[in-house]
Amino acid sequence: MRPPKRIRRRAKSLVLLGLCAVAVLLMLVPLASILYECFLNGAGAITPAFFLKNPPPPCNPTAGTTCPVGGVQDAILGTLLLVGLASLIALPVGILGGIYLSEFQDRPLARPARFLADVMTGIPSIVIGVFVFGIFYFFAQEGWITTFSVISGYTGAVALAVIMIPVVARTCEEALRLVPVSLREASLALGIPRHRTILRIVLSSGRGGVITGALLAVARAGGETAPLLLTAGFTTGSIAGLSGWTPALPVLIYQFASAQYPNTTQLAWGAALILVLMMLLISVGARLALRNKFGGRSA
Amino acid sequence: MRGASSRARARIFDRAFGVFTFLAAAILIALPVLLVIVIAQASWPALIRFGPAFILDKTWDPNLPPITFGAAPFITDTIITSLIALLIGIPISIGAAVFLAELAPDWLRAPVAAVVDLLAAVPSVVFGLWGLYVLVPYMRTTGDPLLTKYLGWSPLFAQHAGSQSGQSVLTASIILGIMILPTISSVSREALRATPDSQREAALSLGATRWEATRIGPLSYARSGIFGAAVLGLGRAMGETMAVTMTIGNSNNVGTSLIDPGQTLSSLIAINFGNALPLERAALVELGLILMGLSLLVNVVARLLLRSMTRMGATTA
Repeated sequence: MRPPKRIRRRAKSLVLLGLCAVAVLLMLVPLASILYECFLNGAGAITPAFFLKNPPPPCNPTAGTTCPVGGVQDAILGTLLLVGLASLIALPVGILGGIYLSEFQDRPLARPARFLADVMTGIPSIVIGVFVFGIFYFFAQEGWITTFSVISGYTGAVALAVIMIPVVARTCEEALRLVPVSLREASLALGIPRHRTILRIVLSSGRGGVITGALLAVARAGGETAPLLLTAGFTTGSIAGLSGWTPALPVLIYQFASAQYPNTTQLAWGAALILVLMMLLISVGARLALRNKFGGRSA
Repeated sequence: MRGASSRARARIFDRAFGVFTFLAAAILIALPVLLVIVIAQASWPALIRFGPAFILDKTWDPNLPPITFGAAPFITDTIITSLIALLIGIPISIGAAVFLAELAPDWLRAPVAAVVDLLAAVPSVVFGLWGLYVLVPYMRTTGDPLLTKYLGWSPLFAQHAGSQSGQSVLTASIILGIMILPTISSVSREALRATPDSQREAALSLGATRWEATRIGPLSYARSGIFGAAVLGLGRAMGETMAVTMTIGNSNNVGTSLIDPGQTLSSLIAINFGNALPLERAALVELGLILMGLSLLVNVVARLLLRSMTRMGATTA
């Protein structure tokens, strides 16, 4: 005899809702495993040498010998330079663009610019790498730059900037839109010029959201690998500025992961640990900043 | 007198400010336009050499004459990996979204949601590293043999000579499935939360159980938003490069089995672009063009589906 319908319905409800709770746990497993593996395999590589030396040559340990582990000094430097230059290009352009989208909504460029910025964020980052490589390759063909400098830190930084600009612009726009119109009206009514109203009143009221968006874009650029693979190149030697092949931490992780020598593999895990911790820190920080500003908007 | 000059100066600054913001907006428009031009121009040699057959051709051989390049295996693997990723990702991410938006008590909701979203902050190359050293060995020693033992009768899980490494289309799909979880989950959570309470209350007041109320209320109300979230996840999976490159095995041949190694559009570009001669590079750029077309298509569909939701005031990821 089947149980009464009411009980069956309740049982079904409990089972399905229980499965939803299990799904949350399933989502936490990969994150926990990634963090665990990064600590397990990478923590040993984090010594002073990790920040002060460059990677050793590939080496297979034989009986009685050990391989030096070395460090990733210039890849850290490379990442800082690449992301720094990219931010220097992308943050002003992105924020000014975001101001245009939010404050000059009635101007003719606003709608197409917003639409195309959205389109741009949906394009895979490796395609952006191909695009920026194509631009610099064209420059080299025209003789404006040397063939050698097609693959360089500068190309890589431009690629990162192209990825960042639409993200910064859209998040900046969203943040400024949350600023009440009455603030703008009050300021303009007091005779304060438009540019001062926007810079001093609107931008400073929406500061939290703008900074959050900028931080998230910087974090995203710091974790990008594919476009840098095509544009910035890679070297285990030391670098002088961005004019030559410039290693970045994510590219180093990729190169050393596939090389499969024990010592460089450990460096890859160490770099992954540093990278993940930085990303999590920025992500949590940005979230907290946003929470304080808008009273727990995120959920 | 002083008032007039300061007003004149304000007007000049206003003008200058207007020009700068205009230029920034112009850059936002110029970038995608330039992108299409540069990519079309760079792939031109391949476009005229191979024509439309490029899409259907199955060989990628830069060495033996006649040199032929065809995109078919890579288009296939790109689509297959993303679809399997969706199969894996959808139930988990939507289940989690339902729990976090509908069931979890308030004190649990925000912190768990924040932790779940952290998965989105992990760089894709770290997923690749984890995949290569954790998932690939597992598939080699446990996953693949089990699948072959019980499902080997079907060509989808047959083991071939090249497929004992653990690097395979299936492994890459699993990684992708994990990577799209936070995208689908956070967007569908927003969609669920945009459901008015009256929808839930109406169902509950008619005697529906908690699950029935969720299904009748939020789940059907937010249907298009959840569907849009899934399509957004599909777009992310198709464009993903590093994690796939490191786990798919990088074989340019067409395989029939999911545990054979494969190659997607993005992974072939990542692997071959650096050393390619001009004609192969043009063909690789054409792969980029195809990839861009696919992801644009998917993103437009996602945006159309999500538009009804954003109009209600929720933000998309």
